[in-house]
Amino acid sequence: MARSGRRASERVVTESPGVRRLLIGAAMVFLTLFLFAPLAAVFVNAFRAGAGAYAAAVADPGTREAIGLTLLVAAIVVPLNLVFGLAAAWLIAKFSFRGKGAMVTLIDLPFSISPVIAGLVFVLLFGRQGTLGPWLLERGVQIVFAVPGIVLATLFVTLPFVAREVLAQMQTQGSEEEEAALTLGAGGWRMFWSITLPKVRWSLLYGIVLCNARAMGEFGAVSVVSGLIRGETITVPLQVEILYNEYQFVAAFAVASLLTLLALLTLAARRFVEARSAR
Amino acid sequence: MVPRILILGAVAVAVLASEASRAGEPPAPARPEKVVLLNVSYDPTRELYAEYDAAFARHWEAQTGQKVEIKQSHGGSGKQARAVIDGLEADVVTLALAWDVDALRREAELIPEGWQQRLPQNSAPYTSTIVFVVRKGNPKQIRDWGDLGREGVSVITPNPKTSGGARWNYLAAWHWALERPGGDEQKARDFIARLFGNVPVLDTGARGSTTTFAERNIGDVLIAWENEAFLLERDIARGKVEIVVPSSSILAEPPVAIVDRYVDKHGTREVAEAYLRYLYSDEGQEIVARHYYRPRSKRVMARHAEQFAKVKLFTIDQAFGGWEQAQRKHFDTGGVFDQLYESKR
Amino acid sequence: MTRRGVLPGFGLSLGISWLFLGLVVLLPLSGIFLRSFELGWGDFWRLISDPRTLAALRLSFGAALAAAVFDLFFGLLVAWVLARYRFPGRGLVDASVDLPFALPTAVAGLTLTALYAPSGLFGAAFGLLGIQVAFAPLGIVVAMAFVSLPFVVRTAQPVLEELDPALEEAAAVLGATRWQTFRKVILPNLLPALLTGFALALARAIGEYGSIVFISGNMPMRTEIAPLLIVTRLEQYDYAGATALALVMLVVAFVLLLAINLLQRWSRKRHGAHVL
Repeated sequence: MARSGRRASERVVTESPGVRRLLIGAAMVFLTLFLFAPLAAVFVNAFRAGAGAYAAAVADPGTREAIGLTLLVAAIVVPLNLVFGLAAAWLIAKFSFRGKGAMVTLIDLPFSISPVIAGLVFVLLFGRQGTLGPWLLERGVQIVFAVPGIVLATLFVTLPFVAREVLAQMQTQGSEEEEAALTLGAGGWRMFWSITLPKVRWSLLYGIVLCNARAMGEFGAVSVVSGLIRGETITVPLQVEILYNEYQFVAAFAVASLLTLLALLTLAARRFVEARSAR
Repeated sequence: MVPRILILGAVAVAVLASEASRAGEPPAPARPEKVVLLNVSYDPTRELYAEYDAAFARHWEAQTGQKVEIKQSHGGSGKQARAVIDGLEADVVTLALAWDVDALRREAELIPEGWQQRLPQNSAPYTSTIVFVVRKGNPKQIRDWGDLGREGVSVITPNPKTSGGARWNYLAAWHWALERPGGDEQKARDFIARLFGNVPVLDTGARGSTTTFAERNIGDVLIAWENEAFLLERDIARGKVEIVVPSSSILAEPPVAIVDRYVDKHGTREVAEAYLRYLYSDEGQEIVARHYYRPRSKRVMARHAEQFAKVKLFTIDQAFGGWEQAQRKHFDTGGVFDQLYESKR
Repeated sequence: MTRRGVLPGFGLSLGISWLFLGLVVLLPLSGIFLRSFELGWGDFWRLISDPRTLAALRLSFGAALAAAVFDLFFGLLVAWVLARYRFPGRGLVDASVDLPFALPTAVAGLTLTALYAPSGLFGAAFGLLGIQVAFAPLGIVVAMAFVSLPFVVRTAQPVLEELDPALEEAAAVLGATRWQTFRKVILPNLLPALLTGFALALARAIGEYGSIVFISGNMPMRTEIAPLLIVTRLEQYDYAGATALALVMLVVAFVLLLAINLLQRWSRKRHGAHVL
């Protein structure tokens, strides 16, 4: 998703102003109908019954507990992804080793696997009739239908984000600074903290933002492993579905609008990061 | 000699006394101060159990001094049963149909055979039935099941494969077609095919269908649980819909059960049993009726009689020989329902 | 690329990477394969080839293909306009193209259904034309196209930005019209990126679940997508059926991923651009 920050150069050869205006107009109409209308519909529906109803929906204990759980899951998943993302990116960008191609494919895999399957695999593994489930449950370790299952499923679907973003930036950078630092006597960790990390800080930041957005918004995988226990295993996206099923449409859209705001913040963070890293 | 007898006597008295005290009002000291139950239920019971849980917690604390917290999980009946089988450690399940509760026995032996005889009335402390909800004024003149097969009538029901409620819908329609004068298996099949041919949206759950009908304004008639229909008519779509009661319908008996394997693991058997039994008490039945389920208690039913329509009800055992047979014939992969959709292509 | 031994951290990063991938990806996925092997070929084939499964697979692939084609055209249009023209609000538009990535799929499903249902704004408009969107296969295509639109835009845009203007100038000097230049010069250069974007969109659309359950109507044989059928199978205690279908989808995801990797290698050779 990282993209060159270079502005389109002024081109000598281009379309006539008429064609240009037509194309711009067509693209804007398309985006307005296809992208902005659904976005607006979230807020229109959320405020359909006024700001009071909106506030009540967001302050509802069920929603607050769901927000708490979602924050907890993100707080566990994002740091883990940070560690994995940095390690994997460093490994793939700087070394050649056997199994590298397979590793790259494995990192991408969660992108193209249906979230439903992502949930299913954990049920098949840790469920009571699963491969490891009976052994763990005997020892009182509950994975699926409890918070650990939600964390694992979320970790699965978010695994590529940090790794992919950081890897993309590392691949475009050389290793000269690192090698210089080593020659000057710096240790491995010293080199990592003072050279490597600053070099990839923007892609790392954006990877974290993306990973966080996905972690807080994942629905399919989490819905399979949640167990839907009120106040315990309900995340914000599941709460949206529950409110919807309880005929509380305004509340459902109100909670959905929180997630939408998060999405918009993510996009803003991306602009910020791109602007900073282009300097 | 004498002292020995005295000692024995003292011991006996002490034992008897302690037995007596255990039988009396003060609770056994072994009971922890607080206990947690998990009730895994299906979608439409959210409001019912929210109220009942609070009532039972009051009752239990007054009786035993122990606090009880009841956690709820709601979802599609089949999904919920599967979660319990896969390790969602429910102390009690309160699902939409016996087939789903029985899955806990069939698939994982979490409950013993004969579970349905452990509580009165097939372990179903409340019942419901299937009725129609139509648009205000009933513009399509829908009176009975036959009207749902008419051309130009759009019918909303959830998918019987994924929704417990929808299986009751389907079976009620089938039995009506079978039992009408001149009805036979082939005619029932044709009728069901016509009815489902009129279904534009097949949601995965009862709640989804209600939303499609009420919020999205799709369909002329919604086949729904009686309690959901009341909720729609009196609350969610007040003034926009009305209820139509067909000439015959099925007596839906949503059963409850303690999950033996899990209550024994948690040490919650006693309170879990009390939780389910209290559903049959006057207070429990009153709450049930308030949420538009049909209470089993004649006394409570009499108080709410005007609320429930008189309709000829048949049970699944009478009409289909039980869930096992109904499920195999109609809903299993390759069953009548699948054939219906496959032949439509 | 450095030879092993010059830079530190090979062992540590290798260990961490395989530990995560092993525990979070490989171990769980191996469960699906193991479960499927328990079936044997005959059973597996029977489960996969029943009409309802075939219909679901056909719908999933068909709708995903339609959505990816839709994204290909409109994504290219958006990418072109963003890469080539200056206009007010361009920055905002550029930023918002990624919205479907950032928006949780459940929210997308909810809002798209509200818009495209017969009672919604667009649904009513399409209704006048006699077209049903939500609760019909078209609705599935809309949801799929929505969630995967950014892939095409974000693959095509950098290539369009970086394409050497001299090429187009030369074509113009040689007397080519703008349309000829587009077809003969720009499009061939753009092709690898477009195909990558197309394949990414396709992969995402095939697996999409959250937004589609709201909008599809879920009719067996008609609007029931494969991921939903997996869930349906699970709810019928049919683990074998669910696992078999999951395996098929897993293999498809693998194949698409390999194709994408090859396409990206091809594309990178030509432009050094990358997506994701």
